[in-house]
Amino acid sequence: MATVRFTPHLRRFFDLPDTWAVEAGTVAQVVERLDERWPGLGFYITDERGALRQHVAVWVAGSQVKDRITLQDAVPADSTIDILQSLTGG
Amino acid sequence: MATTNDRILLGTRKGLIEARKTNGAWSLSAPGLPGQPIAYAARDARNGALWASIDHGHWGVKLSRSKADNGEFEEVTAPQYPEATETAAKYYWVLTPGHADEPDTFWVGTEPGGLFVTRDDGASWELNGPLWTLCKEHAWSGGGRDGAGIHSLIVDPRDPQHMYVAVSCAGVCETKDGGASWAYVNKGMRMDYWPPEEQDREYGYDPHFVAMAPSNPDVLWQANHCGVYRSKDGAATWDEISEKPHAYFGFPIAAHPTRPETAWIIPMHSDQNRTTLDGRLFALRTDDGGTSWREQTGGLPQTAAWDFPYRHALDVGTDGETLAFATTSGNAYVSEDGGEHWQVLSNNLPLVYSLRFA
Repeated sequence: MATVRFTPHLRRFFDLPDTWAVEAGTVAQVVERLDERWPGLGFYITDERGALRQHVAVWVAGSQVKDRITLQDAVPADSTIDILQSLTGG
Repeated sequence: MATTNDRILLGTRKGLIEARKTNGAWSLSAPGLPGQPIAYAARDARNGALWASIDHGHWGVKLSRSKADNGEFEEVTAPQYPEATETAAKYYWVLTPGHADEPDTFWVGTEPGGLFVTRDDGASWELNGPLWTLCKEHAWSGGGRDGAGIHSLIVDPRDPQHMYVAVSCAGVCETKDGGASWAYVNKGMRMDYWPPEEQDREYGYDPHFVAMAPSNPDVLWQANHCGVYRSKDGAATWDEISEKPHAYFGFPIAAHPTRPETAWIIPMHSDQNRTTLDGRLFALRTDDGGTSWREQTGGLPQTAAWDFPYRHALDVGTDGETLAFATTSGNAYVSEDGGEHWQVLSNNLPLVYSLRFA
């Protein structure tokens, strides 16, 4: 199981725990699971094409994801996934 | 469309703020949806619901609604571009209730150029295909924003099938069949920013805002990138009613609710210099269909004021006497005598994107 951590900014819109355990092979699947658990959350992270929103940063096991369009970066078992805001403008 | 005279919704960069007049005095609320950029907010007079379009910098654009108008907002399913368009919504620029005979219909104009409608009170949304086809085939460009955007949406009170949209940059489009087909209606307009040989095109114009005269829906007023215009024949033709240097460049325009010859603009210096004219903030009013314009300065700063209202930040109440606007620097003003005298609502608001009587 991988572990998801959320920026506090998302807690303004969804009742999110500190961490959430997820079974997923790719970042796209993580977003899918999150949206099943918290309907609508996926649309905060990705747009209607399924691409990461421009100012959303997703980290997997210490690296930012490379595939921001189809979210096919692998999610290793027991890794930590951070869903954060990019800092744009300070 | 304005529905009352004692309540104003201000869509600001930091939330939805309300101005209310109680016992003759105006006061402002704390922000609803606090901290969130409100691109546009309006009340649906048919059922009393408040709608707000939210432009989260990080999390995308969203729609929120307070059905009971009790300060509690609920996220509404957001209009999304269909997969085949390979496009994502960037901005919900204007929200317009449908015709009174279609209570579950609501329209949203977006960047990059899509018009959305719900027929089930916000449960689901559909992109208007015919208009989107025009947008792609004619490569509508952006004006003020990166992509093309629909910022004015008018439903003819006489006929729900008859609508206008104004697009930056394409111009004004009209449908007479509820959106099944659209025609450009820009005859008489200019576009000085394009080569002289291209002036007679059907599209490519840059309306800043278009308002219908409620007392005569064949009369339309248009603040445009290249002057001020008026149509007396339902947009079949447009007459330029600019009066340089004052009545020429600006963003909002407001139509009097009962006098089709009367309208207001807040002038700016020019396209090249997006400030007020000489540091003076004032309204211009015409009472003769744009033949002449009169300055209205009472109570407004006439020195060192360089801020101006965005296109959705001027509105007039149903009495035709109560008028309000708010600026990019968070100054808000209200007049109760048709623009002759103004009082300050606030000098300390966040940037104001929209101002609408509720």
